[in-house]
Amino acid sequence: MTGAAEADLPAREAAGLRKLKPDRPRIAVGLATCGAAMGGDRVYRRFQEIIGAGGDDIMLTKTGCIGYCREEPQVNITIPGRPLVILHRVDADDVEEIVTAVRAGEVPYEMALCRVPSWDHVTGTTVEYGGGFDRIPLYQDVRFFSHQKKVVLRNAGFINPEDIDEYIAVGGYAAAKTALTEMEPDAVVAEVERSGLRGRGGAGFPTGLKWRITRKAPGDEKYIICNADEGDPGAYMNRNEMESDPHMLIEGMIIGAYAIGAREGLIYLRAEYPLAIRRLELAIAQARTCGLLGERIFGTGFDFEIRIVTGAGAFVCGESTALIASIEGRTGRPHPRPPRLTDIGGGLWKKPTDLNNVETWCNVPVIIQNGGDWYARIGTEKNTGTKVFSLVGKVDRVGLVEVPLGTSLNTIVFDIGNGGSQGKKVKAVQTGGPSGGCIPVRLFDTPVDYENLNRVGSIMGSGGIVVMDEETNMVDIARYFVNFATGESCGKCVPCREGLKHTLLLLNKIMAGKGTEKDLDTLGLLADTIQKTSLCGLGQLAPNPVLTTLAYFREEYGALVKK
Amino acid sequence: MDEKTLDDVISRYDSPSGRLLGILGEIQNREGYVPRDALEMLSAKLDVRLSQLYGLVTFYSFFSLKPVGDHVITVCMGTACHVRGAVEVLAALEQLLGIEDEATQDGKFSVTTEDNRFTLEIARCFGACSMAPVVEIDGNLYGYVTPETLPGILGNYGWRES
Ligand SMILES: Cc1cc2nc3c(=O)[nH]c(=O)nc-3n(C[C@H](O)[C@H](O)[C@H](O)COP(=O)(O)O)c2cc1C
Ligand code: FES
Repeated sequence: MTGAAEADLPAREAAGLRKLKPDRPRIAVGLATCGAAMGGDRVYRRFQEIIGAGGDDIMLTKTGCIGYCREEPQVNITIPGRPLVILHRVDADDVEEIVTAVRAGEVPYEMALCRVPSWDHVTGTTVEYGGGFDRIPLYQDVRFFSHQKKVVLRNAGFINPEDIDEYIAVGGYAAAKTALTEMEPDAVVAEVERSGLRGRGGAGFPTGLKWRITRKAPGDEKYIICNADEGDPGAYMNRNEMESDPHMLIEGMIIGAYAIGAREGLIYLRAEYPLAIRRLELAIAQARTCGLLGERIFGTGFDFEIRIVTGAGAFVCGESTALIASIEGRTGRPHPRPPRLTDIGGGLWKKPTDLNNVETWCNVPVIIQNGGDWYARIGTEKNTGTKVFSLVGKVDRVGLVEVPLGTSLNTIVFDIGNGGSQGKKVKAVQTGGPSGGCIPVRLFDTPVDYENLNRVGSIMGSGGIVVMDEETNMVDIARYFVNFATGESCGKCVPCREGLKHTLLLLNKIMAGKGTEKDLDTLGLLADTIQKTSLCGLGQLAPNPVLTTLAYFREEYGALVKK
Repeated sequence: MDEKTLDDVISRYDSPSGRLLGILGEIQNREGYVPRDALEMLSAKLDVRLSQLYGLVTFYSFFSLKPVGDHVITVCMGTACHVRGAVEVLAALEQLLGIEDEATQDGKFSVTTEDNRFTLEIARCFGACSMAPVVEIDGNLYGYVTPETLPGILGNYGWRES
């Protein structure tokens, strides 16, 4: 491909707006993985049959997921001049009634979750839908939504993720254009630094700083990589970000590649996410057709390509050095750093490489569009911006929740999640996956940010929050995670390989009622040693579930050991 | 897998980045496992030692060296599914399918029924945690599964109470 056509954003924007607000009713079925599995697929097929039979007076399309997973399947109705209405728990048998109502300019009220008179897509575009349907609650009055702040998920559940025009219509690729045509790479890095954005993959490393280091590293061949391995069980925000708004990720990577000076970007995506793979492949192809990937992007001298690499189910491959080994076709075993990825000799094919999590990349376009200062005003001083959490387990309103960093666990679990499912009492949450810890309900005034989670013995991780209730046995949870980490240990270093195995044996013994008080002390000692001497983060953090349950729920261990 | 199909697959990987895992993944997806003769062909074509390929196939849990049954049932053992009863779901499946808990030679949980109709496996997380516990059959996800709803679900795949 030579001299790719300069992207005609205004034409695409107009086309996209005509699809978002057509001159006839639009019905969009939420078809991310969970919506589809909960029956969205059947609902969509039924709409096809019924609308198809009546001509093309209604536009039928797909959308992503708005995050209120408990209420799947969801269907958006847009009647010209009226608010967008979100229907919930829609069944294929409801479809006929919906279509009849829509053809009469109405919506079935009893299926309506909320209405959206206008939606702010944050990047300077607000889509005005219209007024009326006053009996239906407003979006911001739905308790699940009212405490949230959508920045990364601003388009999820509104636009069709398979159509680049709709992304452009809500302000998409404008930031990439600004960056490439009006800003020096250093200025782009500076803007990201000013935003205070920290890596969303777990450790919270300052993103701007990582970019600057990679930019400054010698050599003119560099790589950027998106970590889409999403290994923490119970975490699925990255899946939704890719399935519901894949172009946001691509745009973030274009801006990052320009700032860092890379011509090739890779997305390391776990094989368990086939829909995310398909949607990203499609989005990459569309971006290429529009001249947003390839050569001479926006008519500048900047060339950039993105390639997807599929993982193969090894938790440890989310770790940076193991991930590189995996892409290079080797077994994913970490090596000690330095060399770091950003160093020459440490990255992919030994070239300096910048690795960032999906959600980190997704934050980039809005930072460039609205400015680093704008972004830094969200959240707290050292923890800027929002974070998407997956609120799952024994909580009433399960789903994906986006809140400013620094929001308390109380707000997340009780105000948004409405406490335990089936009226049961919440006992604790587990954050950070196998590397995180369990936080008891009495500490739920803890603000969720990198430092405060560490202070109580857990970590942010990728943002999974698994709720446990009065029926959950915390010793079983500790054993669960140690079993997980034992299975996923790559076996290279002794503390992790052997230490975890013995921790597991002890926990099995305690669970079987054969443990002693002395075993509890040994557990603590083992955990301490593994933490201090393991080679990579997997081992260093794997004792956290044991240490936190020992600290906060010692009485549950006590009840199991022999006196 | 015949040679032409393999050549086709290989030809789609023009960059060394992610090539080996990508090719092995496609073999796994097409065949349901990674047959030894495919590995041998691949080794010769790419000039990669067979031992290296074997190392990859055993290291990564997505690959399997053993053929699977007609239908593959995978139970999610992720955290959200665990606290919502995945252990009971797995036990119920073992009972319904008449198989006993046993690890395979390469340490992965994958058991096939004697009549070769069903293979039972476990996974880390499908990212569908909101509808925990989750079971996947032949790529279709089922949420909020309980031991009581399992027979109905299995019925879609030709399972009958014996
Ligand atoms: C065992 C282990 C597993 C990890 N898994 C992931 C993962 O699934 N996704 C991710 O983004 N980061 C994961 N990380 C963190 C990465 O190593 C790395 O810090 C991160 O991708 C950097 O991106 P960020 O700066 O944008 O956060 C893992 C780390 C360890 C030690
Ligand atoms: S924990 Fe089972 S799907 Fe995520």
